[in-house]
Amino acid sequence: MSNQEPVNSFSSRIVVLPEANIDTDQIIPARFLTTTTKAGLGKVAFNDWRYNADGSNKPHILNEIDPTEHRVLVAGNNLGCGSSREHAPWALMDYGFKAVISTEIADIFKSNSLKNGLLPVVVSPEIHDKLTQNPQQRVTIDLESCTLTLEDGTTVTFQVEAFARQCLLEGVDAMGWLLKRLPEIEAYEQTNNKAA
Amino acid sequence: MSKPKSLFEKVWERHIVEEEGADKPAVLYIDLHLVHEVTSPQAFSELDARGLKVRRPDRTFATLDHSIPTLAPDADGNRPYVTAQAKKQVETLEANAAKNGLRLFGYDAENRGVVHVIGPEMGLTQPGFTVVCGDSHTSTHGAFGCIAFGIGTSEVGHVLATQCLAQRKPKTMRINITGALQPGVTGKDVALTVINTLGFSGGTGFALEYAGPVIEALDMEGRMTVCNLSIEAGARCGMIAPDQKTVEWLRGREYVPQGAAFDEAAAQWLTLKSDDGAVFDKEITIDGSAIEPMATWGTSPDQGAPIVKGVPVAANEDEERALKYMGFTGGEAREVEKVDVVFIGSCTNGRMADLRAAAAIMKGRKVAPGVRALIVPGSEWVRVEAEKEGLHQIFLEAGAEWRLPGCSMCIAMNGDFVLPGQLAVSTSNRNFEGRQGPGSRTVLASPATAAASAIAGHVADPRQFMQLESA
Ligand code: SF4
Repeated sequence: MSNQEPVNSFSSRIVVLPEANIDTDQIIPARFLTTTTKAGLGKVAFNDWRYNADGSNKPHILNEIDPTEHRVLVAGNNLGCGSSREHAPWALMDYGFKAVISTEIADIFKSNSLKNGLLPVVVSPEIHDKLTQNPQQRVTIDLESCTLTLEDGTTVTFQVEAFARQCLLEGVDAMGWLLKRLPEIEAYEQTNNKAA
Repeated sequence: MSKPKSLFEKVWERHIVEEEGADKPAVLYIDLHLVHEVTSPQAFSELDARGLKVRRPDRTFATLDHSIPTLAPDADGNRPYVTAQAKKQVETLEANAAKNGLRLFGYDAENRGVVHVIGPEMGLTQPGFTVVCGDSHTSTHGAFGCIAFGIGTSEVGHVLATQCLAQRKPKTMRINITGALQPGVTGKDVALTVINTLGFSGGTGFALEYAGPVIEALDMEGRMTVCNLSIEAGARCGMIAPDQKTVEWLRGREYVPQGAAFDEAAAQWLTLKSDDGAVFDKEITIDGSAIEPMATWGTSPDQGAPIVKGVPVAANEDEERALKYMGFTGGEAREVEKVDVVFIGSCTNGRMADLRAAAAIMKGRKVAPGVRALIVPGSEWVRVEAEKEGLHQIFLEAGAEWRLPGCSMCIAMNGDFVLPGQLAVSTSNRNFEGRQGPGSRTVLASPATAAASAIAGHVADPRQFMQLESA
């Protein structure tokens, strides 16, 4: 959070989870939220999809791929809905993901992801189809130009909120940005009768 | 004359420290920050790492609710934590609160409870406030005319350090609910109908305002239930304009102004409503008279239907997948859904009005054989009030369990959970796969419907029990 690594351009293979409405309870079930750190949550990412009750593996793509080769998660519509838990992007990043792609990404999850350097990319249904039809493909994501390039050469632009993009590109941290505004915050408190 | 403004715009503008620009978000001032054990530890660590303390401990309040046991301690005072890690999480918040001088509603506090129950109950939540918490159901506080929304842990850190957030202004949507509710129809049924109408992501990017005669007629508890579920349509916040009911509900509570200052504040609160002619980015109307007791049948809160209509036939692949998980075929009557567990509680429906509604159905009746019914008050205050009214006796005599306050089976991280494959009727807010425990199946419904289902042993329309009483 504080020493954000700048994010810019990278290429990677994708992994597709076609389900729609993947909520943050699926990404990391609540019983793993008793942690007091952010570390090591990758092993419980999608826990109940990946493991049986006795801890043995279920046949699931996330158990089969090499996470270092697959840094981009392509999911069905409305990814990350539900709980505000930031543990969801922490778990996805710890697993190895650097970007998530869907046709719609829920607000809080999107905001949480951007704050941690996990890039949320919203694409049209047509592009989503092209991704899922070739689920082995390698894509390139460039934050500077806000472009996603598919293996067949198709390049599309995506939107990232301007401030979040700047934070990611330059490694600026949002808390530091707010802390610089303490004089304005104090002035606001004085004029609005909100001082301590 | 100045441009007519919506309720949202009025509250938003009052909290702008620095205006939004093309390349930067607004700096939004936060009046009230509520903190709980699960989403705060990493935020406090971040403050520590920067050598900072909580900037406004007087605007920051902490409670224990998510991972705490709802069973009483043993004779030695040991609490039955689900894991050592859950205990450590609670102790971490206790230490962070002490270090930063925060008021913590801890185990011994008479006001401990679920964060969105105690905020209003203590009068911490006041009309026109901005309220945030590291919890998506913070939208609950919108029932008091607040801009209230859930934030992630990074943002919890931002508010702890600066009392502000960097935010873009959302779009606005007004949801008008016309007519009048039929007897036996509650705020929860209104909320499930709204979500069903908007769809799971229909509210994404919007601040909602609920308005119209149905909303005006709801009591504050019902309004909180409606606002609570805004997030389940993807909206970060939902609001209702304060009225005389709001004022009376808050009068005399610990943190509201007292005496003449209260009336002054109240006069100002009552100006917080959308002006005639205020423009919304979107506006929809729902016929409130047509709303019936609702129950979900799938694995997202928008997958609900009037109980009398039975389970719908799947209209697409997502619905098929949801029905398969739930073990329903589609097209069957709700009576065939044998219930294993009934959970009445949570920040959605764990308040006095909710427990009274459930008790009215359970009174003099028995929970069906094989059904486990768990009643968990939303706060210590609710627990004590309910016991004064004898509601707990009604529940216990019916064969239900009466617990200490907490989130309990709503999020199932404290040891209260639904077993794999079991079907639960719950008054909470999420029916996601495994939300109430791995493999659990959840039907969301109102407290009256949950109570009726406990008695009937299957998903049941509560009106059948209400009619019995008047016959
Ligand atoms: S009751 Fe459920 S939804 Fe409400 S705060 Fe607790 S876990 Fe969150």
